[in-house]
This record gives sequence, structure tokens and C-alpha cells, in this order.
Amino acid sequence: MNPTVGWIRELAAAWGVPGLLVPLVPFLLLLIALYAVIGLAAYGVRRRWPRADQAVAFWLFISPWLIGFAIFTVGPMASSIYVSLTSWDLITPPKYVGIANYTEAFQDPRVGQALKVTLLYGVISVPLQTALAFVVALLLNTELPGMRLFRTIWYLPSLVSGVAQMVLFLWVFNPQYGLANDVLGKLGIEGPGWFNDASWALPTVILMSLWTVGGAMVIYLAGLKDVPPNLYEAAAIDGAGRLRMFWHVTLPQMSPIILFNALTGIIGSLQIFTQGFVTNGGPKDSLLFFVYYLYDNAFQNFRMGYASALAWILFVVILALTAVTFRGSAFAVYYETELTTRRKRRAR
Amino acid sequence: MRRRSTLTTVVLYVVLAAGSVAFVYPFLWMIATSLRSPAGVGSSGASVVPREFLWDNYIRAVTSFPFWRYTLNSVLTTLIPIVGTVLSCSLAGFAFARLRVRFSGVVFAVVLATMLLPGEVTMVPQFMLFNNLGMIDTLYPLILPAFFGSPFFIFLFRQFFARMPGELADAAVVDGCGWFRTFWSVYLPLARPAVVAVSILLFMGYWNNFLGPAIYINSDQWKTLPLALAGFQSVNGTDTPLLMATSVLITLPCLALFFAAQKHITQGITFTGGK
Repeated sequence: MNPTVGWIRELAAAWGVPGLLVPLVPFLLLLIALYAVIGLAAYGVRRRWPRADQAVAFWLFISPWLIGFAIFTVGPMASSIYVSLTSWDLITPPKYVGIANYTEAFQDPRVGQALKVTLLYGVISVPLQTALAFVVALLLNTELPGMRLFRTIWYLPSLVSGVAQMVLFLWVFNPQYGLANDVLGKLGIEGPGWFNDASWALPTVILMSLWTVGGAMVIYLAGLKDVPPNLYEAAAIDGAGRLRMFWHVTLPQMSPIILFNALTGIIGSLQIFTQGFVTNGGPKDSLLFFVYYLYDNAFQNFRMGYASALAWILFVVILALTAVTFRGSAFAVYYETELTTRRKRRAR
Repeated sequence: MRRRSTLTTVVLYVVLAAGSVAFVYPFLWMIATSLRSPAGVGSSGASVVPREFLWDNYIRAVTSFPFWRYTLNSVLTTLIPIVGTVLSCSLAGFAFARLRVRFSGVVFAVVLATMLLPGEVTMVPQFMLFNNLGMIDTLYPLILPAFFGSPFFIFLFRQFFARMPGELADAAVVDGCGWFRTFWSVYLPLARPAVVAVSILLFMGYWNNFLGPAIYINSDQWKTLPLALAGFQSVNGTDTPLLMATSVLITLPCLALFFAAQKHITQGITFTGGK
């Protein structure tokens, strides 16, 4: 704890602030001071330039985000760069070690394993999830009785998330008593060890992730409803069959939504944590997801410098993958505006 | 469009029904298992037919660990952040959508760019910040950041306010409303569908948040339900019915919310679809 903060807390406690609120006092004082300055500045600007009220309102309205951006994003990122160059256990003062953390990370076989596991998970699970969600959405988009019920059923599993889902699936895939191996056994197949088997653990997590495609499916359903019907009518008049309609109307119209979902899916998949935590990294580090390894270094082993270096490596990986997805999709995604600008250009 | 043949319809139904069974099965199994005895779990395998109804498992789930204490912590770290996020994000979203100011485009681009920044990069330094503030092992690190906006929801609110007619603001200003009154009494009430949809999305997110509590909470009295369940799993790893009963209880609020607000969820998803 910062000494000034400690001093303020002691003062607050002495003044009879309830114990639960004491940790809040230094932070609130800081905020009040900040807003006093901001308020004074705003008042001054309005006195001097009475017509600038819109600008004053704008900066005041976004001030919570601005302050948050400064203290929870920019500040921490800047200090994170510094901390990643130090060796620090939170108790003794940080010691500058240069790029030692980074060189260690590149030689640490567990970092390699963590990257491998996490990337494999992302590269396999995201396309599978996208494809499954999209196909199911297509099937559910037909106007037939009972579709509402089916939609609810497919969406339901995505409500069981996080730890509850993991706990459930640890039992579904329990080699002895689990649901999966009992079903396989009845079909005459001897089921694998799932989470207990180093070579099966990652495929099991991927399989489990498919259970919650309901969320993405609903987004695709909403998108499919938005495809203008006149496009299908025009295609029908031109004699297009169902397959060609899908290829030339549905898919191009849906491509921005698919890209958006794939992007958020990739970023989300690289941040997978719970599955690693609950299984302690899985047998033989087979579920050593990157964020879990980062967490382990920072909050179990208190190696803040090393963990910060790992965080920057993760950041670069996510940025690179996002860029690749963007570039790769440029030729496959159709945007409405593109066509209209092209038309305008032609009209000129 | 051409009419589907009967055969296609039948095939479609069969595929959908088979898929639905596969999807809903683990869910039913969770509920069935939560009502069995530990011995019954071993003998019934994949069956979801409830032969026993041991409601006692639920009573044990609630009494064998400080369940209500964890529930209170979960409720506090869910509801307060929802209020904080909705307030800060709707205010900023309104500013970006309705106030014409120099540099607002640039600032908005920065907001969007931070969406790409994974929270894990700032996780360690944020921990140090809260450590400096003396807030480790309290609920504050899980609550306070919500009051400072989140880029994704600022974006959603901006989109929503931008689609509302600008004449409303003009009329309000002519009537002598300040900008805050215009936002608070004119635009925000009209944005109710967006507020509800965002709140539901946030509820699911905050209620199931695991990484945050795993970092900041050490002592038992501040644990949230997911964190407690994870600890529970490693301690009582073999008491399947108890674990399933606890999982069902944790999922229950999300289920209830889903069935109560199904329409709003679909609506919210159309906002978030990202076209």
C-alpha cells in the first residue's frame, strides 16, 4: 500500500468512517479533487466563451471514460512496460533487469507450450464454432412450426457459462461415471480419458466450447432476418436455384456479421482462462492456456515483472492475429457502402 | 420462394431434433444428477430419468458453505457495476452521437481502438494500482472500474442515440434544457430498449466473471459464487450431486432472466450484431 493512502485511511478510520468504506476514501478523495479541477475549468471556459457550451458538455460527459482510460488503461500500460523490465515480487522494491524477462520468456518451454495450446484452441475452435453457429442459424431460419422451441433449446446451453459449465463438463467427461463414456460404451466404443488424458484434454475443451454456440447463432439469426427479401426475389426471377441464392445473396450479405463474430471469437478464444484454472493446467500442461500461465506467474508466484512481459507477448499475438483476420477477410467480406460508392463513381 | 418438398421438411426436422437432443442433454443430465445420491450417479450413467428426488442436495448446497454470503457478494459485484456501466456509457455514447465538437471523431476512434486491447495486458499493472490503493481482498476492484465506461457499450449507446431523431435535442434546447437535462429527461428514457438489452448482457457477464475475483479476492468472506464453486470443485471433487446442485443454483438467475426477458435479449443481439 502507498504510504499516503495508508495515512489517509488511518485518518478516515479515526474520524469514524465505517470499516467497509475505509478503502474507498483515498480513491474518492482523488476523484473529488479531479472533478473539482475539471469543474473549475469547465466553469471558466463557459464564462469566457459562452457559446462553447456544447464542447464543455461533451468533455464533461466523456470525462468518466477519459479518467478511466487514464488511470485504468494508459497509466497501467505505461507502468507495465517498466515493470516488464524489472524483477519484482511486490514485497521488495523492483529491480531493473533490462530485457531479461523477455529473453527468459523466449527460452521458457512452458511459454512455448502455453502459446501452442492457446493458439491451437483459437485456430480450431473459432472456425468450428462459426461454422456450426451459422449452419444452425440457417436451419432455424426456415418458417416452420416449432422453430421457436428449437431456437430456445439451442440457446439454452450458453446460459451455463464459466465455472458452472466447466464443473458440469468435468463430470460429463468423467472417464468412469460420465455421460459421454456411458453413451459411447452403449455403442460399443471404449471412450477416452478426456480431461485426464494429455492428448485428449484440448480436444475436449474445444468440443465443450461448441456447446455454447447459441449466442453466436442468435446473432446470425438476427442477421439472416435482415437480408432484404427483394434480393431473393430478383435472384428467383433470374432463375437462381437455392444453392446459388445462398452463395450469391445470403453469404455476401452475412459476411460482415461473420467477420465481426470471428474477430470477437478469436480475441475471446486467446483469453480463455477458466478451463485452465479449474484443471490446474491439465495433465502434462495440456491445458496451460496463456492467460492462466500469466495468472500463475503473477498471482501465485508473484513474479510481476515476468508476468508483465508475458502480457505484452500476448498483446502482440492478439494484434497479429486480428490483423491477419482483417487482411484475409478483405476480399471475402461485402460491405453495402462499397457498392454505393462504386455506383456513384460510375454515375460521375 | 419455391415450396419445400415434404422430404426436405422431414429431414430438416430430424436433423434439428437430433441436434437439440444432443444440446439439451447435458443440461438435463446436470439437473437429474443434482437430484441423485452419490451412489445413484454411478449406477445411472447417461440416463436423465430421475429415479430419486433428493432435494436434500440443494439444502446441502446452500448450508454446507456460506452460500448466501457468496450470493450477496455476487449480487453486489453484478448490480452495482451494471448501474455504473449503463450510466457512464450512455452518457459518453450520447456525447459522441449528439454533440458536435471538434476532435470528437478522433476521440471516438481511440475508444474503438481500446476495444481491441485485451484486459489481460493491463491485468498485472491494474492489480498493482489497486494494491497501492489498499483495495486488494475487497470487492472494490470488481466494482469501481465499471463507473468509468467500457468501449464496447459506449459504442452500442452511440449507435442507438445516433439513430434517434436530432430534432428532439433541438426542441429540448429551445425549451431551455441544458445538455444534461436533454440527455437525462429526453434521450435516456427513450433509449429504454437499449438500456434493458445492455443491462441483460452485462448481467450475464458480471454474474459469471471469474478472472476478476480470482485475482483480487483471497479471503473467504469476499468470494463470489463462481470463485466459491471453483474452490468447492477442488475440495469436494467427488460429491457430484452437490456440485451439480450448486451449478444449477448459480445458473438459475441467468435462466430466470432469459425467460423473463427473451424479447429484450433478441433485441439486444440485433444491436450488437455489428453490421
